[in-house]
Amino acid sequence: MLLTEDQKKIRLNARNFAKKEISPYIRAWEKAGSAPRELYRKMGTVGLMGMTISQEYGGSGLDFVSYVLAVEEISAADGGISNMMSANNSPVAVAIEKFGTETQKQKLLPFLTSGEWLGCIHLTEPHTGSDASAITTRAVQDGDEYVLTGQKSFITGGSTAQIALIIARTDERKEKNGITAFICSTDNPGYKVLSKEKKLGHRTNDTCQVAFDSMRIPATDVLGEVGRGLSVALGGLSLGRIGVAAQSVGGARSALAAAHRYSKDRKTFGKAIIEHQAISFKLAEMATQIEVARQMYLYAAEKHDAGLDSTYEASVSKLFASEMAERVASAAIQIHGGYGYLEDYEVEKIYRDVRVYQIYEGTSEIQKIVISRHLDKIDL
Amino acid sequence: MKVVVCVKQIPDPALPGELNPTTNLLKRDGKLILDESDSYGVEMALQLVEAAGGGEVSLVSMAPNNEMSGLRTALAMGADDAILVSDENLAGTDALGTAKVLAAAIRRLSPDLILAGVESSDGYTGTVPEMVAGVLDLPSVTFAKQISIDGDTVKVQRQTEAGYDDVECKLPVLLSVTAGVVEPRYPSFKGIMAAKKKPVEALDLQGLGIDLNTVGLVGARQETIRVTEAEERESGEIIVDDGDAHQRIAEFLGELKVI
Repeated sequence: MLLTEDQKKIRLNARNFAKKEISPYIRAWEKAGSAPRELYRKMGTVGLMGMTISQEYGGSGLDFVSYVLAVEEISAADGGISNMMSANNSPVAVAIEKFGTETQKQKLLPFLTSGEWLGCIHLTEPHTGSDASAITTRAVQDGDEYVLTGQKSFITGGSTAQIALIIARTDERKEKNGITAFICSTDNPGYKVLSKEKKLGHRTNDTCQVAFDSMRIPATDVLGEVGRGLSVALGGLSLGRIGVAAQSVGGARSALAAAHRYSKDRKTFGKAIIEHQAISFKLAEMATQIEVARQMYLYAAEKHDAGLDSTYEASVSKLFASEMAERVASAAIQIHGGYGYLEDYEVEKIYRDVRVYQIYEGTSEIQKIVISRHLDKIDL
Repeated sequence: MKVVVCVKQIPDPALPGELNPTTNLLKRDGKLILDESDSYGVEMALQLVEAAGGGEVSLVSMAPNNEMSGLRTALAMGADDAILVSDENLAGTDALGTAKVLAAAIRRLSPDLILAGVESSDGYTGTVPEMVAGVLDLPSVTFAKQISIDGDTVKVQRQTEAGYDDVECKLPVLLSVTAGVVEPRYPSFKGIMAAKKKPVEALDLQGLGIDLNTVGLVGARQETIRVTEAEERESGEIIVDDGDAHQRIAEFLGELKVI
């Protein structure tokens, strides 16, 4: 896909930002278990925290292709930070812009797009991941308020975000149509962070278990219609999947860059290892897979920008890119030999970071279900 | 308050440069980017206008091939408009010729303050800012590290080897801004999109009223006679720790007079 001049400029700006403001500090932030709060304000100033949101609400008003290009750039520097950026942009800000009242939009979006506040989404529960409609967190109306009780898990930014988009059950009798979305401040006294998970990768952000202990939320903080919460949460799912494909390409690309650099420096049997065909062919295969994955996510994003349904393409690109990223990161370690297994070399961290792309926003298995169900609809 | 910033667009330093074998000058016919050393002047100008509670930051640049990419970057940072002098007769212009062209463009804007980088990152003559001041018959202060405006006076901390001088000067004045003294802002995405619509006045030499014989290779009074490759740097000394490494490092740093 040929990018427009604007898209190239957006990508370059995101790349320059990531190189200067993220990459040099990643080791320290990984060790600390978080990136500084100030980083997200800086990202907000550039426009990374509300890329597709209208300028009226402080966003940059850009197309979806530009957004995923920027996700790739930030992910190439660090997966965990790109995940925080993604959660804030889409679903949270995008859902508020799409489903929010004018008051909600004006109250929340300028803070989310500027990076002053961070957003997180609470959908997954300890026993429900892929089958989102089985959630049991309850929201019971009590006068002008709802009282929420339940537990959420795998919440990216659960302890650092200021704004939570919470999906809870308001009607036990209606399965999919008994679910409602709420907006809530994380300093609500009923919002309790139970634990921060220790993870294989994405160590620069917090993944939390959160409990709602009779948490009271004003009825005016319902997002969208009562009973339509699942479409608030899942309406942007295809977009999220295209974003994960872009994250995968970002991580894989950095692994390739590191392996390429290393293969020119490292000598065995009297020559740089890139001059051994076993290595140069491996690099060529890695580059090919990355390029194929990139073109696929861009095509899916372009389809969305054109107003066309991209469910199928989103799943295809997410499935291929996320599995590709693990293969490429593994190959990058192989090229580094024993050094690649050490923390001192960045490919070790990339390998840990990319693994989750096959899990969140729908596992590879879920993508295969989506893809196989589409086979009847496409002209084979 | 009206500030003009002289900005140069240069070939990307990350890419290998190429010399024209006849003129010994750097080839500048491809894509050009904003010289990083000028981004400090742009940032300083934006900060001064913000501190003054309003004003205008205009850019003045000269390029042989109508290239605007670098200017758009500075406009995306927040500058308001630009004048680009572009003319095929400009190729090979020396420092004084450049100063004449920039001065003629600046004159059209009647600024209160003119900022420039100390030197460009491709030519490194380091003389153009003062020549511009000379042509405009304005005072100039070099190596500014901090600038504040107080009424019709500018107060400058002028960087020296030992520290800095406090210099005061009546406006209008030309200041060269030391690289690294402010943190140039990232263009925002909104800034990038808005920059496309900001006015860039493209002028040729005739439009600017410049005598063709005073610029370009014809008018250049400076000639690059010979270019030789820089000697390759010797590799550094590796100190192996036999128990006295700390002393030897301290001695080495002492010789360099850094401690």
